Amino acid sequence: MNTIFDHKLAKGVGGLLPALDVPEQGIEKLIPSSLRRTHAPRIPNLSEPELVRHYTQLSKVNYGIDDGFYPLGSCTMKYNPKINEDLARLPGFANAHPLADEDLIQGSLKLLYEASRYLCGIAGLAEVTLQPAAGAHGELCGMFLVKRYFEERGEEKRKRILLPDSAHGTNPSSATTAGFSATEIPSGKDGMINLATLEEALDDTVAAIMLTVPNTLGIFEERILEVTEMVHAAGGLCYFDGANLNAFLGRARPGDMGADIFHFNLHKTLSTPHGGGGPGSGPVAVAQSLVDFLPVPRIVKDENRYRLDWNSPHSIGCIHSFYGNFGVILKAYAYLLLLGDTGLREVSENAVLNANYLQESLKQTYPLPYERLCKHEFVLSGKGLGEGISALDIAKRLIDYGFHPPTIYFPLIVPEALMIEPTECEGKETLDRFIEAMERIAAEAKENPRLLHEAPQYAPVRRLDQTRAARQPILTYPFDER
Amino acid sequence: MTHPTQFRYTKEHEWVDLEGNHAKVGITEHAQGELGDIVFVELPTVGTAVKKGENLATVESIKAVGDVYAPMSGTVVEVNTQLESSPETINQDPHGAGWLVILEVSDPSEADSFLDAPSYEQYLTEG
Amino acid sequence: MRYIANTGADRRAMLTAIGLSSLEELFHDIPQEVKDRFQPLELPTRSEMEVARVLKELSTLNSCQQSSISFLGGGVYDHYIPSVVSHITSRSEFYTAYTPYQPELSQGTLTTMFEFQTLICELTGMEVANASIYDGASALAEGVLMAKRIVGKGRVAAAQSLFPHYRRVLDTYCWAAGIKVIEIPYTNAGACDLTALPQDLSSLVVQIPNAFGVIEELKGVKERLADALLIVVTNPISLGILAPPGQFGADIVIGEGQPLGIPASFGGPFLGLFATRERYLRQMPGRLTAQTVDTEGKIGYTMAIQTREQHIRRERATSNICTNSQLCALAATVYLASLGADGLHELATLNLEKAHYLAQRITALPGYRLAFEAPFFNEFAVRVPTDPQAIRARLKEERILLDDPRFLSALGAPNTLRFAVTEKRTKDELDRLVELLEVI
Repeated sequence: MNTIFDHKLAKGVGGLLPALDVPEQGIEKLIPSSLRRTHAPRIPNLSEPELVRHYTQLSKVNYGIDDGFYPLGSCTMKYNPKINEDLARLPGFANAHPLADEDLIQGSLKLLYEASRYLCGIAGLAEVTLQPAAGAHGELCGMFLVKRYFEERGEEKRKRILLPDSAHGTNPSSATTAGFSATEIPSGKDGMINLATLEEALDDTVAAIMLTVPNTLGIFEERILEVTEMVHAAGGLCYFDGANLNAFLGRARPGDMGADIFHFNLHKTLSTPHGGGGPGSGPVAVAQSLVDFLPVPRIVKDENRYRLDWNSPHSIGCIHSFYGNFGVILKAYAYLLLLGDTGLREVSENAVLNANYLQESLKQTYPLPYERLCKHEFVLSGKGLGEGISALDIAKRLIDYGFHPPTIYFPLIVPEALMIEPTECEGKETLDRFIEAMERIAAEAKENPRLLHEAPQYAPVRRLDQTRAARQPILTYPFDER
Repeated sequence: MTHPTQFRYTKEHEWVDLEGNHAKVGITEHAQGELGDIVFVELPTVGTAVKKGENLATVESIKAVGDVYAPMSGTVVEVNTQLESSPETINQDPHGAGWLVILEVSDPSEADSFLDAPSYEQYLTEG
Repeated sequence: MRYIANTGADRRAMLTAIGLSSLEELFHDIPQEVKDRFQPLELPTRSEMEVARVLKELSTLNSCQQSSISFLGGGVYDHYIPSVVSHITSRSEFYTAYTPYQPELSQGTLTTMFEFQTLICELTGMEVANASIYDGASALAEGVLMAKRIVGKGRVAAAQSLFPHYRRVLDTYCWAAGIKVIEIPYTNAGACDLTALPQDLSSLVVQIPNAFGVIEELKGVKERLADALLIVVTNPISLGILAPPGQFGADIVIGEGQPLGIPASFGGPFLGLFATRERYLRQMPGRLTAQTVDTEGKIGYTMAIQTREQHIRRERATSNICTNSQLCALAATVYLASLGADGLHELATLNLEKAHYLAQRITALPGYRLAFEAPFFNEFAVRVPTDPQAIRARLKEERILLDDPRFLSALGAPNTLRFAVTEKRTKDELDRLVELLEVI
């Protein structure tokens, strides 16, 4: 692929900015030479047509939800409504400075306040912070809240976080970043938490359990009430990772399951775009017992005015420069207004239906480690499909069939895992085409495995040498070799 | 037999070549196969003291990180610096040029619990 | 519902295939007790047209922006965003794509990430940059945590003259990590007092230009730090003219990338810039893209050294970060590419000259003087002769917006107003401001 640096460093083209309209004093006079740049950064000066063509061509070697099916498990790649993109660009919102006086930004404050109320309602919890900029950031915030909670109670000995072995990698890393240690509890044969194992792991050094509900196998913890009761009885808190909220949106609430802390992924469940890797937004909702520790400022309503309240002496402080990713929260808020209660129910209904339909159809051809009703996603194994065939091979061959592959090699407890989440947006027609492709690939795995090993053949690039990329990493454009 | 008979092995897939009170340590043929193409090796500093079971070195591939635990307690007297520029040596010759660390051991009796080559290969089939 | 493709017939066919007779049966695994406790939001379904109207009305409650003249700063600036930027970031192949874990389908995203990493290194004079963190403040916190991992000491020295929002986030992360933050006051010249630095530090954090707009002198600082790392927080636009921190031995350079083509958007989403030296590569948090080749020898890009990251290292990851701020990084990349090196220099010059013109005219007024006799870029602090809140309020009546002076007061600089001047401020606007100050 060409980069902008492959273009020659021509002279500047200008045309963006007007000429200086104040009397010029000269850089040399205003900035001492010791503080001035001596060499210009090597940024090419492209004409606008060249620039636009370059990025347009790059967009064509990318694949987004608008291009096709994107069944990445635990990512909830649902359709991003276009109206939300337009609304985020409204000048009143886009140009609002975070340090402007409150009377000048009542619209933004009101939006954040109302979004907060709806998110609390979905979580079934007392209060929410909108500051975390991503799910992992929300997890970190949650861990900070747990830490402060026990600090205030003089229970700093509680240094352990329990996690099932199916947990997403951000869970243990968030725990350790916050100064806890992560203790893994093995899942039972049914893919759920074994209560006896949990009982053994619980003692007064446990601060919290971190659960994803449904879990990363797509299975709903049927004994969730017992689990949370047991943790509470041992004096611990229950943190729920909301990555899989799509499974029960509009019909169940984490707060009602015993969650004390719950984070949202607005860029998953609430339709905000993934942007190629971000920006996201990971608001964290909490039970009443943790409200005092929430980050500041809190958004407060006094009669008909909204303001930022910094007065919260037990707060953990701030984890974001300002109030969170407003531009992302706006899109989620609009999505909630569009869907309403009925729409939210339809989300989980169709998401779970689509996933079970795929699971039922594909289990004929692919090993299904947990044969039972799933929620919005399920995990197949790519093991045993053919000699030397891996989940990676299957994924790469799916690209040749025009689909983005599902999540592979996660969760870790399933060998050659293929985690599939269709979301509610896809129709039966697309699902049937995907089933057909998967069946063809399974047949190829036996009859003509070379097709899988050499896949993808029809993508903009063939398989990339990851080893080379890691051994002698070239992380910036090699100007000197040009 | 894939694994040299003159070495001893741990269940964590390290091989040990004990001569007097010097133990040369590496990862086994099986381990390098599981990890895949090795891209980076983190070795301890010479002079570091380690207890048996503590983290001694780390071997990274694209998709995984393999922790190498000290099979015996002792002090690091030499490390295979060549692995910094050629980590792939571990894939090519895990029992020879791909050695990781030489320890001066404090308690040679810790070697009593090691597996010999046939037992290690038997262990691999059970896993 | 508009965003669902299934028809009723589709649903019935699928239920049959699964062997269920109703959609409710799909949720038998959720305990009845939990389902009984559920309460809806009392939210009706609305059409797109209605929602558009609701949001538009809300946006008009933000009465500030359209007709006002902004001198607001504090890390978030009113720069001109070239039209090209939003056209590229609106391409759905970019914005509806996921993280590029399947590189063969993501060469668009990966190539732009590679360009971004290169651009940040060029600007900062550093050897390697990641593909962004959430915002400047969290990037700073990650940098301080990284320095602790490398050096091992539990103390960080932070300039008092950091923007308050950087400091607040730093304090929270350091509390959680058990790192002590030692505040370093500033001198009469508004610069960080580096004469008597504490011992046993993992890092020293300095911001350039700082909260007063002052450009700190970094020469010789690194040499006096023993084994502590030098962390510099920067404004990327200023690097069009100012010497890059890499030149002075910075170990980690952090920045807020909002000025690079990203709207203020009431504080987010923003763009955390993070660059460091190659020798610290494996301790660096965040995503990295590397150049490589495919099986046919064609150059392509892929995420690299993911073994630092949470999905492989889990509890021993360098950071828990998963999502970055990719679409904002794309905006910044297109922004810098549309300016080019020459355009960036021109832009920085406009900012510099206009700010100094305004400063000169204001300080010619009786009772007004620069708070600090020190070089500045496009933001500066002025000691004012009367109550700064009153001055600010009067200007606000004329729709001229300044930062609240209590931010500077809290940093030990009372009776001071700060002005941020970008290329968007015309001579007429600057003169009008001065005219008003003359009569207040």
